[in-house]
Amino acid sequence: MFKYIVTGLLLVGMLGSAVSARYGQKNTIHKAIQADSGQLVYENYCLACHQEDGSGVPNLNPPLIQNEWVLGDSVRLIKVVLNGLKGVEVAGESYSNEMPSHDFLSDKDIANVLTYIRKSFGNKANAITPAMVKMQRAKK
Amino acid sequence: MKKSIILSALFGLLVNTSLLANTAPKKSPKAQKSIKLKADVDNGGLTLPKGIGALVVADGLGKARHLAVAPNGDVYVRLNKLVNGKGTVVLKDTDGDGKADQNTSFGNFLGTGIVIGNGYLYASSDTSVVRYPMKDGKVDEAAGETIVTGLEHYSEHGSKSIELDDKGHLYVTFGAPSNACQEKNRQKGSKGMDPCPILEWHGGIWQFDANKKNQKQADGVRYATGLRNVVGLDWNKQQGELYAMQHGRDQLNTMFSTLYNAEQNAELPSEEFCLVKKGSDFGWPYCYHDRFQNKKMLAPEYGGDGKIQERCEGKDQPIMAFPAHWAPNALLFYTGNLLPAKYKNGAFICFHGSWNRAPLKQGGYFVAFVPFGKNGKPSGEYEVFAEGFAGGSEIKNPNEAKARPMGLAQGPDGSLYISDSVKGKVWRVIKN
Repeated sequence: MFKYIVTGLLLVGMLGSAVSARYGQKNTIHKAIQADSGQLVYENYCLACHQEDGSGVPNLNPPLIQNEWVLGDSVRLIKVVLNGLKGVEVAGESYSNEMPSHDFLSDKDIANVLTYIRKSFGNKANAITPAMVKMQRAKK
Repeated sequence: MKKSIILSALFGLLVNTSLLANTAPKKSPKAQKSIKLKADVDNGGLTLPKGIGALVVADGLGKARHLAVAPNGDVYVRLNKLVNGKGTVVLKDTDGDGKADQNTSFGNFLGTGIVIGNGYLYASSDTSVVRYPMKDGKVDEAAGETIVTGLEHYSEHGSKSIELDDKGHLYVTFGAPSNACQEKNRQKGSKGMDPCPILEWHGGIWQFDANKKNQKQADGVRYATGLRNVVGLDWNKQQGELYAMQHGRDQLNTMFSTLYNAEQNAELPSEEFCLVKKGSDFGWPYCYHDRFQNKKMLAPEYGGDGKIQERCEGKDQPIMAFPAHWAPNALLFYTGNLLPAKYKNGAFICFHGSWNRAPLKQGGYFVAFVPFGKNGKPSGEYEVFAEGFAGGSEIKNPNEAKARPMGLAQGPDGSLYISDSVKGKVWRVIKN
C-alpha cells in the first residue's frame, strides 16, 4: 500500500514538473494542470470541428488561433460556450456551421477548456476560472 | 548571408526575365493564334493518368465554387465571396494557349451554382436563381432576369447548386440547415424531431420551370427528398435522368460516444452517389447509409444503434457508396471525345475533402472517375483521376490544403475544367 502511495506521489511530482517545464516558470503548476485537463475536454467536445491544431475548417468552422473571439473579452468567450454561436464573422471570414450550446459541461470543464485554448495553438491569454463561468451561467 | 542575398537577387532576375519571356507574346494575341494547347510541365501540380495532362487556366480568383464553359470556350466561375464587388468571373483565352489572358467579372451576388443551357447562363445565390441571355458566348448582363426568388437564407448547407434537364426544367438543391434534424442542432443528447419538419422545405431537390420568372419555392415541385445536402448534381443526357451526390451526416461518435468510436465515425456513413427519380426518398434524417453492411441504417437520433434498419428498409439506395466525409461537391458525366474513350459517359466527381474524420487523417481532396455502363449504373469501381490538390501526401487538418477540388465543367472541345475553392485556381485537363 505504502509503495503505491509513494509511486503515486512520485508520478504526480514528475507530471507536475514536466508540465511546469512545458508552461515555463511564471505559470503555477495548478494552472498547467488545469490546461491539461482542458485538453481532454477539447478532444472530446471541440476537436471534431475546430481540429487538433485549432485551425478550424475553412468556410465551415472558425479557427481558434490568434483571433479576438479567443484572445479578447473573456465574458464573451464564456458565453459562446454556454449559448453557442452562429452567423458571425471571425477575422473577416464567415463560417456556415452553427456551434451548439455546451452548457451541459461543468463550470470547471468550461474554465479548463477555455484556458487550454487561450494558451494553445500559439495563443497567449489569461486563464478562465470556474468562478467566472459560474457567474455567467447565473446570468443566463 | 551576403552570398544568399546575391543568389536570391540573381534568382529574382532570372524569374523576372522568364516571366517577361512568357508574357511578352500575349501583347499581340492575333499573331499567336497558332499557339498549340499544351499541358503545363508539372500539370499545374496535379497527378493524372498517363497520357492526360493539365494546364492552369487562371489562379487567385478567390473562393471559387462551380464553373461552366460557354460554347466559345469562355470560362465562367462562381465565387463564394465577392471580389471587387462581383460574384462571377469570366476567363477568356484570346490566343489559344489555354491560359486566360482576360479576366473580367460581373454580378453583385455571391454563390455556388452555375449552368449554361438553352442560350442562357443561370447563376444562383443562396436565395435566388438568375439567368442571362448569351450571345456568341457573351452574357448580356443588363438583360438578366430572376427565375427563382425569395428563398430562405440560412448558413449551414445553404448554398444552392443548379442544373438544367433537356425538358425545360431547372433543378435547385435545398440542403438541410441541420446535421441530423435534432431539436437542437449538433447538440449532444438532443433528440431527432419526428417527423422532421425540416423536410418540408429542405433536405431535397426542387424542380422549377427553367423559363418562368420570379418563381417562389412553393411554385416548384419537391422532386426528391431525404437528401441532407447535395452540392454536386448532373443531368445525364444519355439516360435522361438526374444524378446527385449526397453528403452523409457528421459526428456519429461525438453525439453517440457509446455507440460509435472515432474510427467508426471516420468511416461512417457513406457519401452517396444517387440516381434521383421523381419522388425518390434517400432517408435523411432518419437513416444513414452504411457501405460495409450495404444498407440504410436507423440513425441514432431516432433510436438506431448501428445494427437496426426499421423504417429505413424501404428507402432508396445509392448506386455507389464512398467513404465517409469526403464531401462530393461536383458531379459531371463526361460526353466529350478529347479524353480517352473509357471516360465517355462515365462520371467525374470532385471530393472537396473531409474535416469530420479528425482525429484520424482526412480523406478526399481528389477527383474520382466512375465508369458507367449503358444501363446508367457504375460498371466498375471508382478510380483516382486527379490528385495532388492539397499539396501534401496526407492532410491532417483541412486548413493545410493548398487547394481543394470544388467544381467541374466540360469545354466545347472535350476539355475537363476543375475549380479550386481555396485560392481560386482553375485547371484545364486535356489529352497530352
